[in-house]
Amino acid sequence: MPPSHLSHWGLLITGDPLIYGADASIALASIAIVYVLTKYKKWKWLWDEWLTTVDHKKIGIMYLIAAILMLFRAGTDAELMRTQLALPNLHFLGPEHYDQIFTTHGTVMLLFMAMPFIFALMNIAVPLQIGARDVAFPYLNAISFWLFFFAAMLINISFVIGGSPDAGWTSYAPLAGSTFDPGPGENFYLMALEITGIGSIGTGINFLATILKMRAPGMSLMKMPLFTWSIVATSILIVYAFPALTVVLALLLIDRVAGAHFFTITAGGNPMMYINMFWIWGHPEVYILILPAFGVFSEIVSTFSRKTIFGYKSMVFSLLLISLISYFVWAHHFFTMGADASVNSFFAIASMLVGIPTGVKIFNWLFTMFRGRIRMKMPMLWTIAFIPCFTMGGMTGVMLAAAPADYQYHNSYFLVAHFHQVLIGGTLFGMLAAMYYWWPKVFGFLLDERWAKWAFWMFNIGFYVCFEPQYVLGLMGMQRRMYTYPSGLGWTDLNFISTIGAFIMGLGFIFLVWDIIYSIRYGERDLTGDPWDGRTLEWSLPSPAPHYNFAVIPHVTQLDHWWELKQQGRQDELRPKASEMRPIHMPKNSGKPFLLGLAFFVVGVGFVFEWYALAVIGFLGVGALLLARSFEAHPDYHIPVDEVVHTETALGRL
Amino acid sequence: MATVIEHAHGHPVDEGEHYVPLEYTEKDDSLKIFGFWLFLTQDMVLFACLFATFVVLRTHIGNGPDSESLFDVKGFIEETFILLTSSFTGGISTFYMRKKRAIGTVVWLLITAALGAAFVSLEITEFLHYISIGATMQTSAFLSAFFTLVGTHGAHVSVGIIWMISIVIQILRRGITPALSRKVFIVNLYWHFLDVVWVFIFTVVYMMGVIH
Repeated sequence: MPPSHLSHWGLLITGDPLIYGADASIALASIAIVYVLTKYKKWKWLWDEWLTTVDHKKIGIMYLIAAILMLFRAGTDAELMRTQLALPNLHFLGPEHYDQIFTTHGTVMLLFMAMPFIFALMNIAVPLQIGARDVAFPYLNAISFWLFFFAAMLINISFVIGGSPDAGWTSYAPLAGSTFDPGPGENFYLMALEITGIGSIGTGINFLATILKMRAPGMSLMKMPLFTWSIVATSILIVYAFPALTVVLALLLIDRVAGAHFFTITAGGNPMMYINMFWIWGHPEVYILILPAFGVFSEIVSTFSRKTIFGYKSMVFSLLLISLISYFVWAHHFFTMGADASVNSFFAIASMLVGIPTGVKIFNWLFTMFRGRIRMKMPMLWTIAFIPCFTMGGMTGVMLAAAPADYQYHNSYFLVAHFHQVLIGGTLFGMLAAMYYWWPKVFGFLLDERWAKWAFWMFNIGFYVCFEPQYVLGLMGMQRRMYTYPSGLGWTDLNFISTIGAFIMGLGFIFLVWDIIYSIRYGERDLTGDPWDGRTLEWSLPSPAPHYNFAVIPHVTQLDHWWELKQQGRQDELRPKASEMRPIHMPKNSGKPFLLGLAFFVVGVGFVFEWYALAVIGFLGVGALLLARSFEAHPDYHIPVDEVVHTETALGRL
Repeated sequence: MATVIEHAHGHPVDEGEHYVPLEYTEKDDSLKIFGFWLFLTQDMVLFACLFATFVVLRTHIGNGPDSESLFDVKGFIEETFILLTSSFTGGISTFYMRKKRAIGTVVWLLITAALGAAFVSLEITEFLHYISIGATMQTSAFLSAFFTLVGTHGAHVSVGIIWMISIVIQILRRGITPALSRKVFIVNLYWHFLDVVWVFIFTVVYMMGVIH
């Protein structure tokens, strides 16, 4: 263990002004929230409208807010790291603190920012796109959200209570085992990911069932919007990859808290088993993060070029092919393990093959834009920024996939630059494009374009300034996860430039948040429900959609049904008629998903500090809540026709 | 159009041209059954990972015993017969459920749960015996993998027992409603799945463990 400058007072971490700052800001934020809720008498509103909701649209909003908050949290980690690396031999962060920060940066960005952002979009768009009134299992949907939420709380309290995980976001054994990494830090990582992982599996099952079984009549699979298709592929990946993560983390936890020997170096344990199983989940996870963005870009390119997507069938086929291949590439994360040449060749070739269906998609987007009447609105701008950025990231990916060359690049800043370029240039650009695209549908107003452009340019320029120098640094021999470096290696200038880029990106984020705050007040209201002249069913509804979504379920006859009807002047066919309305069957709100998340949180704390009595209490709570749900006789109700007529009349649709 | 018969609970069942089992009569219930199939497929991946771990580590015995000196053939054969029989009795409970005969369903569910409990108690006895002779989870990688794989299955069976009893109580209160017929069907799906997993444990863990 390196000497630590962090110390403990009970469970609280002390001895670092940054941690005291965090303590103070957490305390102030909590007091402010409690004060505002109490002053404006909003506690009941919070419970009735949000904490107990099973409405997919509201759950989507909660995921979105959580994702933006986590982007801020993990972004702050990034700024701290770049500050530490700006110049050689800095002591802004100690080595132990630096380890914790790069661990939580990666973990939070992937599992608690990107994943909830994707779940936000799934919840916001999928039921509306397929003409459904909710997801297949609304109650399970709420459980998934609260498991995610409490898992995020668990990982976020770690840096002030007990200490953060510090073995990297991959948490490789034996480094992350109890011999080399005692204390609660790694347990926080394991329990938080375990809990949110269960929630993610629930979401995967939920959306697979929703899309396969609840599409509007007439919407055959090949008439489905491409975003929905991308969620089919993503859900399949979630359902059949996350169990591997559940298992591998559980085994490491058993090693740590029960002294078992799965991944130890003694008594026959095999640490490479951890690394293999981690990436059997981890590589499909990469595609879980990128495929929804592909779906988003397909919607946006088509809408803002006013053209049907080029090569719809090849788009569907490439989504499914990417998902399939993604299960056969995991060993490219550790070519240096020492497997023989035939094993490495297999995984190298499989990894390069992914480039083919991905290339198909890039060309299809370009061909869709070709001779289209392109409108440069914010969603389209992010899409256009994505194409070159992601293509470069993909090219360096193919370089990394060449196994012999990878011995040179492995774990260097070349790799760091590569995965940031695909994850930011691919996933995050996609999520932001989608946020601007569906924002009016969710909130009923558009985000202001002027501030959004500031955010866009700052973020994009900052991105290239930050990450392109890192490719060169990697080739010059700088390894990832170094907390500092000596002067005289020729790394100083490039590191300094990279840090400047990181702060320009930070400015971009501030503009993005300011844009949201500004637009709440001044943003253009969306009165038509169709601000982009859209193509798919969600744009046939008012913004925001009523809580039952469709008063009458539409009959679909073609791809881009809404667009085609508008072209023929038949859009009134999708307006509800009072004579066709029936009572609508809806699920009741419930407080149990929230309490279930809380019970899992108690289990988590119990395991983190190895207070088993607390873990048992948590488990009993989980069991009791599951049984209580099973005994509920009528978890649903019907909205009478009168009320539907009333709502639709108020919306001016009858 | 076949005759539509209004049942006691007011759910039309299409009788004549094709038979729809009770648990599938309501759209919501058949959706939940589909969702449960998806859940089972992910549980299968979960067990596959545990099996893979076991197969990699089964010869990594460190200073501990190997499987041949540890396993008692009579014990795991008994466990196997009891669990396979319970799958059959579970099937009978589904049969009575489809006939809407509450008492038959309850009795056969209870027999199934009792067989499950017998299985779990045998497994616990087996585990305690190993621990008493010093073969614990902390002894070797092989034993870590053994206890985790077999124990995860045992934990699944234990959850299934509690689940079955809760369904029995609900049937005694409300009779066989469409929602409860779905629950009887799903708990049996779960139970049969665990049986299949056990067949693999029997083969990969125990049989391969005692054969040269």
